[in-house]
Amino acid sequence: MTKKQIWDYSPAPESTDHIQLKDQYDLFINGEFIPAVDGKYFDTINPSNEKKIAEVAEAGKADIEKAVASAKKAYEKTWSKMHPKERGKYIYRIARLLQERAREFSVIETMDGGKPIRESRDVDVPLAAAHFFYHAGWADKLEYAFPGRATEPLGVVGQIIPWNFPLLMAAWKLAPALATGNTVVLKPAETTPLTAMKLAEIIQEADLPPGVVNIVNGAGETGKFLVNHGDINKIAFTGSTDVGKYIMKSVAGSGKKYTLELGGKAANIIFEDAPIDQAVEGIINAIFFNQGHVCCAGSRLYVQEGVADEVIAKLQKRMESLIVGDPLDKNTDIGAINSKMQLDKIKMYVKLGKDEGGKIHQTACSLPKKGYWFAPTIFTDVSQSNRIVQEEIFGPVLAIQTFRTVDEVITKANNSPYGLSGGVWTDKGSKIFKVTQDIRAGVIWANTFNKFDPSSPFGGYKESGVGSEGGIEGLSGYVNLV
Amino acid sequence: MGTINIQKTKSIDQVNTQERVSRLFSRSIKKESKMQALYLALSMIDLTTLEGKDSEGKVKQLCYKASHLHYKHPGLPYVAAICVYPPMVPIAKKELAGTGINVASVATAFPSGMADINAKLDEVKSVVDAGADEVDMVISRGRFLNGDYDYVSDEISQVKDACGKAHLKVILETGELVTLDNVQLASDIAMEAGADFIKTSTGKVSPAATPPVVLTMLEAIRDFQIKTGKKIGMKPAGGISTAKQAIQYLVMIKETLGDDWLSPNLFRFGASSLANDILMQIMKQSTGQYQSKDYFSID
Repeated sequence: MTKKQIWDYSPAPESTDHIQLKDQYDLFINGEFIPAVDGKYFDTINPSNEKKIAEVAEAGKADIEKAVASAKKAYEKTWSKMHPKERGKYIYRIARLLQERAREFSVIETMDGGKPIRESRDVDVPLAAAHFFYHAGWADKLEYAFPGRATEPLGVVGQIIPWNFPLLMAAWKLAPALATGNTVVLKPAETTPLTAMKLAEIIQEADLPPGVVNIVNGAGETGKFLVNHGDINKIAFTGSTDVGKYIMKSVAGSGKKYTLELGGKAANIIFEDAPIDQAVEGIINAIFFNQGHVCCAGSRLYVQEGVADEVIAKLQKRMESLIVGDPLDKNTDIGAINSKMQLDKIKMYVKLGKDEGGKIHQTACSLPKKGYWFAPTIFTDVSQSNRIVQEEIFGPVLAIQTFRTVDEVITKANNSPYGLSGGVWTDKGSKIFKVTQDIRAGVIWANTFNKFDPSSPFGGYKESGVGSEGGIEGLSGYVNLV
Repeated sequence: MGTINIQKTKSIDQVNTQERVSRLFSRSIKKESKMQALYLALSMIDLTTLEGKDSEGKVKQLCYKASHLHYKHPGLPYVAAICVYPPMVPIAKKELAGTGINVASVATAFPSGMADINAKLDEVKSVVDAGADEVDMVISRGRFLNGDYDYVSDEISQVKDACGKAHLKVILETGELVTLDNVQLASDIAMEAGADFIKTSTGKVSPAATPPVVLTMLEAIRDFQIKTGKKIGMKPAGGISTAKQAIQYLVMIKETLGDDWLSPNLFRFGASSLANDILMQIMKQSTGQYQSKDYFSID
């Protein structure tokens, strides 16, 4: 800001004194922290200042062998034999420990991933605990989840999670797998391994039998070893559609089950009769939550003609009040981009958008010099044939189009290879039913956006994935019904 | 009248408004910016006494306090105005002479507004003649809820004319309007009819100034400015008694209307006990310790 402000907010950084971080993290296999067989480590950095936080052991083929073997042993010897009520107790214990250490987890999540502390504190960590609580409750009640059927666990589950919600995704994956009696080898994303390693400490503290949960770090290679391991009974993956396709090919014919949560390009639809100011807030929340690193982000905005000028003007004004900067500051709305690789991808798409003739508008915020940053961005004058309208950018970049009729916007919303989520804003209930029934997407929010609950299944149509997570639907992905 | 003004009324979603309020109120205001905010809030107060038992002496004390907030802390701002019932206007005017502090008077059969228009206009003229710089009127809520918007609008216009040079604050009494849609519509009517300020409540009806109501009115003010270029002031009143609430409202103004409104010219708090809580916080910020309430005069 160049203009002198009458009243500014002083910095309000969350303290980091209370967190406990080691310089080096090993693999968590069979209840113990052990180095990788070949002794390799890689750095994990803070994307807001590019400083190294810690180094993390990189799992190779031999380590995956060990992890899967320990998971298999734990499955056969203890976990699948244990009374479900007892399994539930362990999961409750994890949930409670996570709540007790919520502040530490929030700070570490923000340091490792770049997201604002406001989000890790108010969304990521509480929701992660909620997932453990919810699934702990199911552990001894599965016969009620699937009336008239008995359930049996699948065995050893390989789980691969993304970097946008590292702890929360670990919870989404681990909680239902454990509640249903499976054992797990989990691989966090290579840019955000730390909260998973802290979770491993909690799992150790909760005294979970050794081998029930194993956590191995590494990039794509490590993931490949896991996906292709013969003793894995199911792969659960959240990440890009490209990797999802690779996994589908790899497990074809192997008898392995799989659930995939992949990309998205959600339509967020604003009708003329919508509560405009609240809809503008909804647009902000839909695209700028977690810097747009959200698979269900509302990245395609459709505004009905009559209110388009008003909505865009108000959106631009509102964007100026977004505070971009130090993710640990309690007033920060938009933090750092997760990695250099992701920043480059966002820049590539924004250039493409301009080259294709889109009209760009970015906020006037000043960005920190060090670290990976990108200003909130919107594009107008774009159409269905622009690549920034078709492809997932996974950043704070919104593509705006206008529409006239309900049918037109439904057609346009469905005109995408993805179908993960969507939003509709109108004062009229009948319109909500019409639109939500006709749009092919896993979740459609009405007069809100990005709301999550452990009891609500989340999953996609088309290239957005296979299967669901959360709720009874999510449980069904981890059991055989007999 | 005569022109047909067809415009869709904007709808307001209550759940999302509450959510937006929570987000605004979660801003963390510390250190330097907290001190600045406390000073700013003090300067925006309409120090108010509106009771049937008000006495000449009480009004005098209030007026003295308005320019002598705390002797141990020199450099404190004065409050913006003193707000009293019509018979107290001459006393307040005399006591505040030379301070630059305004005298505001409620009028138009405050707080119910149940009187005929001529009686209301006479009352307004008499307080203006007595020297009131600002007039706080109430709208006819019965007529509004009955759908007689023209009546409400005409009444405000006539009061505005009767005000002459005095500034007009229009009290919507949002606690009786019930829905945010009504709050928005009443705000629009008041601004179109000539209000200089719109104000939430009389303080005599519960709920008074709730955060969603204030946000809705601020958004109406913003939209009115976009449409007409005019800047209308805002005054939440009733139930604002802590420094924390005051700072939260400052955040709400800053992020909804911008820095121009961070001034007593465009924003006021109608409050009786708020000043002392702010003073207590200022002393805490400068000494590091909380003092007992007994160290702050209760006038």
